[in-house]
Order: sequence, then C-alpha cells, then structure tokens
Amino acid sequence: MRLSRTARAVLGGCMALGLAVVYVPLLLVLLNSFNADRSFAWPPSGFTGEWWRRAWHSAGARDALLTSVQAGLAATAVALVLGSLAAFAVHRHRFFGRQTVSFLVVLPIALPGIVTGIALNAAFRTVLEPLGIGFGLFTVVVGHATFCVVVVFNNVAARLRRLAPGTEEASADLGARPPQTFRYVTLPAVRSALVAGGLLAFALSFDEIVVTTFTAGPGTQTLPIWIYSNLSRPNQAPVVNAVAALLIAVSVLPVYIAQRLSSDAAGGRL
Amino acid sequence: MAQADPAAVAGTLTMGAPALRLTAVCKEFGGTTAVDGVDLEVRDGEFFSLLGPSGSGKTTLLRLVAGFEHPTAGRVELAGHDVTGRPPHRRDVHTVFQDYALFPQMTVEQNVAYALTVRGVRKAERLARAHEALETVRLAGYGGRRPAQLSGGQRQRVALARALVDRPALLLLDEPLGALDLKLRQEMQTELKQLQRLTGISFLLVTHDQEEALTLSDRIAVLQGGRIEQIGTPAEVYERPATAFVAGFVGDTNLLTGQDAVRVVGRPGTYSLRPERVRLVAADAAGAAGAAYTQAAPDLPGPGERAVRGRIADIVYAGPHARVRVDLDGGGRITAALRGDDPVPGGPGTPVLALWRDESAYPVPDLTQD
Repeated sequence: MRLSRTARAVLGGCMALGLAVVYVPLLLVLLNSFNADRSFAWPPSGFTGEWWRRAWHSAGARDALLTSVQAGLAATAVALVLGSLAAFAVHRHRFFGRQTVSFLVVLPIALPGIVTGIALNAAFRTVLEPLGIGFGLFTVVVGHATFCVVVVFNNVAARLRRLAPGTEEASADLGARPPQTFRYVTLPAVRSALVAGGLLAFALSFDEIVVTTFTAGPGTQTLPIWIYSNLSRPNQAPVVNAVAALLIAVSVLPVYIAQRLSSDAAGGRL
Repeated sequence: MAQADPAAVAGTLTMGAPALRLTAVCKEFGGTTAVDGVDLEVRDGEFFSLLGPSGSGKTTLLRLVAGFEHPTAGRVELAGHDVTGRPPHRRDVHTVFQDYALFPQMTVEQNVAYALTVRGVRKAERLARAHEALETVRLAGYGGRRPAQLSGGQRQRVALARALVDRPALLLLDEPLGALDLKLRQEMQTELKQLQRLTGISFLLVTHDQEEALTLSDRIAVLQGGRIEQIGTPAEVYERPATAFVAGFVGDTNLLTGQDAVRVVGRPGTYSLRPERVRLVAADAAGAAGAAYTQAAPDLPGPGERAVRGRIADIVYAGPHARVRVDLDGGGRITAALRGDDPVPGGPGTPVLALWRDESAYPVPDLTQD
C-alpha cells in the first residue's frame, strides 16, 4: 500500500504521540528519582542520588523486593509446568471437551483481577485456613499462577501449532525412543516459547497488585504493594520514585527478551 | 517378471522370509473401514508399489507397516518377524514422508545422521556415514545447510538420505514425488529406481500416479476401497487387468460391457480395449452405406481384425499422440490414441472404420459386479 507524504506524516505523528503518552510519564518517574527537590518541582533544582541510597537501605523495600522475586519465581515455575502440560495435552490429544479446556485455561487472563482476587480470597478463607494454611506467600503464588499459566500455555500452544507436521513421527520412524523424540525434536521446537512464556509470566507476577491485595495476608508485602502503601506518605514519595524506576527496569528486561525469542508471544495483559 | 532376483539380495535377513508380509490386515477408524483384509508380500530387494485413488487405503496401509497405526485385525511381519504390536521406533523400517518432515532446527547433516544419533553411534562414524548417504543422493557439500535453505527437490533427496543412512530392511515412500513439478518428478523417478537397485533395499511406494507405478515398480498392488484389486508386474496389471476398476485406473481404456460388448467386440462379457490398440481408417462413405460393419471395405478388416463403423466426434491433440473419440454408428463411443505418424483420417464428422486386433479386447473378469 502506498501512502501520500501527508498521510505518512500524520500517521507518524499519531504513532509518536501514542508512544509519548505511554513513555513520557515513565521517563518522568525515572528523572524524578534523581530530582533533588522533594516535591518534584520542574525543572529539577538539582541532581541527587539520595533517594536511591535511601531506597537501597529501606528494609521495607528490600523485604518487598525479596517477596516479589520469590512470588514471581514460584508462580513462574508453577505456570511453566502446568501451562506446558496443558498445551501439550490440547495439542496431542483429541478428547471430549478439548475446546472447553482450552477456553477455561485462557479465561483467567481476561477476568478482572478484582474478581479473581475476591474469589480466591473467599476460597482460601473457607478451604485453606481451616487446614491451618494462612494467607501469605503461598496464597500469593497460587493467585499469580492463575494468570501466569495462561501466558505459558498461549506461548507453547502457539509454538506447537507451528511445529513442523510429522517431525515427531519422523523421529520415531527413524528409531528414536519417545524420550529421545522429546529431547531432540519436541523440546528444541518449544524451548524458546517456554523461555518467553516464563519471562512474561515473571513480569506479570512481578508487577501484579490487584490479585495480590486479596491473596497476601497482612504480613506479606510485594514490591507493588509496598509502593502503593508508601505513596501516600509524603516523605517516602521520592524513595517510591526510585523503587518504581527499579520496577520499570526489572519489568522491561524480561519482556524485551521474551519478545526477541517469540515473534508471536501471546502476551495477554501487558 | 520381477526384475530383482530375491535370492541375490537376501543377505543377512531370515532366509526365505519376505521383506514384508501382511496377512488379513484390517483397519477401522470409528466405524469406517480403511483397510479391509489385505494380504500381500514384498520380496527382498523388490520395488513394490501400492497404487490407488485417494481414499483407497494405501496411505493407511503404509502407516500400518511403519507402526503409526495398529491394525484392527491381521498380522504385519517384517523379515519373518511379527511386528504387529510394535511401536515405530522398534521396526527396521524408515519412511520418506510426503512433506518430507525434515527437522527444521537441525542441519542437513544432523537430519541425515539422526537414525545413527538416536542409536548412539559415535560422532566420527555418524558424520562419515551421513556424508556417504548425502553423496549417494548427490548432495555432498550441503551438510551444513538448514532444510529451509534447500529447494523442494533437494529436500526430497535429504529425506531419502535420512531414511537410507542406516540401511533399513524396508523403505516406505508416501507419495514422495507428489510435491515436485513434472520435470523434477521424472528426474527423481529415475534416481529412485537407481537408488533402489544400488542399495538393494526393498522399497514400498504409495502413489496415485499410475504412470509412476508402472515406470518404477517390479510389482504393483492396485487398491480400491481398502481392498486389493490386483497384484502383478506392471505389464500384467496393464495388459491383463483383473477387474474393470484396474483396467480403468491403470492407463486409459475403452471399457465395454453388456450390449456395448456384444455390438462392438462381438461377444458378451466385459472387455478392456486400450486406445493405442485402435487404428482409424477413413471409410468410403458412399460404398459402405448400409453394409454390415465387417463388410465396409473389401480389404478391411485384415485377418484377425475387428472393425466398427462410426464418425469422429472430436480430436484432442496431446503432443506425442492424438486422442480421437469416435461415435459408433450403432451407439456407444470408443477412443483411439493415434501416434504422430498415424494420420488422423479427418475432422469431426468424418466417417471412419475403427480397427483392432481381436485379442486386443481383453476380457476382464469383473469381480466388482458380484
């Protein structure tokens, strides 16, 4: 399709504006984390590393970061196992209700986080608490896994659909035992989809706040929750900026790698 | 008429046992019968083809031999061993797939060496044998490429090298030339035949292309509706079709039954008359009007020949020959294939005599009418 020069300029402008709406505020957060002025006056009155230093030494922020990393890793691990198992089941076998299973696995990503949160909260209260399992890291991991499974499932299922047809049969035909076929043919085909799905799952978990609010007990604080609860305290605000800037960096990296790895990464809500 | 001497290539296999024996093999898929009581033997070193239209069960039969499907009833034996229940990786059989099914993430060399890799053959030997196999298919020097970097014909040859690298007892080929254009297909046919002679490995080819089957095979099994219609050498299948279906599917034919047979051939029954066996002569319209067919002209037909009057309906020029359809005066129509040096007696509407030697009308034992 050929566009006129004007049309191209207009479309380019729209694109730039759209990206600016998303990224200028993020950039501002980053800049403000170095702004010497406590009330973020603009232009910045001076440069300071004080907020970063304070953030670094904040025990609350450190604990929250640790909790977030733990929750993210655990939820990703659960998602990798369950998501890829589900993807293989749906790809390999033609069973009754296959479409329904596919749909049910993917649905949680579309459900509003608050609905998932309330539902899980009620379920944990009635099922887990009588068993002596209180709200804490474990419940956060379960809550995050509900939507992390989806990105792994989507990535792996998409890759399996594109798996060169007949290669697994060809492998068996050439004398490979089932584990060898998996190792030499199936796994290499889905490996990058697994990595991409895992990174996206981690990124999703790392910045999740709604479901976390309902599934974390009073003693468990993830980084987003720590930020949220410190936002309203005026003398913490600059520190929050520094932590938020860190959060941006930590989120950008996995998404960037994931996108390089899979052109068709079904990201869901990112 | 088989061109390969089974004894000459028996080698290490169980003496006397055929490379493949199917006994009363049936396969049903949820109520539909894909293969219905097939018995056949592929001899050692033989090039055997399963020929049939789509849906005739030939691919299912191949998959039963490879082990991707298991028969509902019957027995599959390879070199005298019952392998009916064995999974694919425990059968000494390799397949060349229709779409080649090369491993996209591996190099050509890794693809070819795959059968050796999974058997734990040492790397040096693996590479040497992969190289050798690539040389056999004239792809030496292509080992480092990826399948995506090859043309269709080259991928085809990689698939062949991959399947032949560890010399299976039987090679299965599932419409291997279907995706290639005509010129390349003819080249590959020649190569396939040479490769089969060179290696002495039994080939079982699935094809719907009757010309391919006739050109390549030592023997052909013609399939329809999951059943074998006829097994024989190409000449047997072509010259002496066992059923009307075989006569019609393998090559073109004038199939004459019932009243047509009596009128045209002169006897009741079912007859196959190959178009290339029919010649046409311009009839002397004035002199022959109203005369009995066989008295149309004094010197025609010659001894042992049969003649029928008619008019040319249409002429289709097809390069090496022309196909002339003749509407017979008494009703019915037959087709004559005339070679370039065999002049067509005139345009549409020209009165002609169609002539053929009596024995060219081959009586078909029509079993499908049971």
